[in-house]
Amino acid sequence: MQITRGMRLKQAKEYVAGKLSVSVMDLSDPVVMLDVRKERGLGASTEAGEILYVDDPVGLEAKFHIAELLDIPINSVERFKAMTGARG
Amino acid sequence: MESSIPTRMGDGALVRLTPAEIETAIRDGVAAAVKRARVKPLTEDEIAHLLDIFSSRSRFSAVDIGDEVTLSYDGCGSQDMGTRVNDLQYYEQYLCADSVELYHHDYSYKPAKAVLGLEQTTMRQAQFLITAPCGYGAMPDLGLYTVPDGPLANWSQLLPMGKIGEARAAQEEAVELAAADIFLVAASMADAGADFIDLDTAGAAGDADFLAALKAIERIRARFPDLGIQIGMASEFVLGMHGELEYDGVRLAGLWPREQMMLAAKAGVTIFGPAINVNTGKPVAWNVARTIAIVKQCCEESTVPVHLNGGMGVGGVPMHILPPGDATSRASRAAVDILRLDGL
Repeated sequence: MQITRGMRLKQAKEYVAGKLSVSVMDLSDPVVMLDVRKERGLGASTEAGEILYVDDPVGLEAKFHIAELLDIPINSVERFKAMTGARG
Repeated sequence: MESSIPTRMGDGALVRLTPAEIETAIRDGVAAAVKRARVKPLTEDEIAHLLDIFSSRSRFSAVDIGDEVTLSYDGCGSQDMGTRVNDLQYYEQYLCADSVELYHHDYSYKPAKAVLGLEQTTMRQAQFLITAPCGYGAMPDLGLYTVPDGPLANWSQLLPMGKIGEARAAQEEAVELAAADIFLVAASMADAGADFIDLDTAGAAGDADFLAALKAIERIRARFPDLGIQIGMASEFVLGMHGELEYDGVRLAGLWPREQMMLAAKAGVTIFGPAINVNTGKPVAWNVARTIAIVKQCCEESTVPVHLNGGMGVGGVPMHILPPGDATSRASRAAVDILRLDGL
């Protein structure tokens, strides 16, 4: 939210918490956020096989979900969409 | 007799000060900021909070749970282990960086231009693996446009000879060359998928260096309306190497963080990074108090997120290649607590 929207931290935390249906306090709680991130496909620490399973999104795949959830244009995601779309 | 507390000097050396000596250092640091930058002093509550932080004997200091801020980095990784993409992964996965930045070892836009194809393909590979915002960064570095590294006369040689007009003309020409190079690299990296562009150490060569950065930002913003643009300043005060350059009618020489922020925001940045110099001969408590007093009004009035530069020699962090964690954590916590920063 800071990078693409230039939103200050307080507003950014409230915006993200609202989109995730969690409290602002939850955002920095790794216990809460691991479940939220997995449920929403937002990526996480990649302890393969222990934290992330084969169907859990990582890297750019997770970024697609973040862009959609937060309703923001992320340049790498937009670029990937344009490239894959252009090639059918 | 008061017991002494282990604390640090601005060069990182461990010293022992009494609480009264720490309080004196804090008050002197605030007074130094007021005198030099013509800012308001910190309140008594803020000074008491700094005294509380620096009177602790704990190894580490931290903000309250829930008050965490985002952490951005200028250039991720040492480039000594694995690949540059591995560096970005380490920063995301093990250091919990909130954004990561690909960089070329020269860390200036002019040399990056010569290896642009390599930088683009590396960025593209990185984007597949990284979830955090992944950007590209380098410095405007105006000095690279002067002889012997570049085509223009060297103003650092002309000025001592009294050739003021020639020195100014060379800087004005360098502004245009640098702005064009920064835009070319930024646009190319955005086309390769970069989520943001970082212009780091802006103003290092003075007011012309800062002007080149602002002009480049304007062009990047016009071409990429949604791209993140971060600027990190070189020092607390824009040096007047030219002396007469203006942006949007504002003379650049002599600007402090509040005014730097206003121009950077007008040009189109989404994150502003003030840099406040460290005095190695003063305690860290003095440096942190001075830093916070200088930046406070900038943070209060900013229309964009503020990420205070907190690293070796800036933002109260000791000028040492391995800044001690006790000092770094105190400087970071104090700045976040009092300035309500958006990031570091």
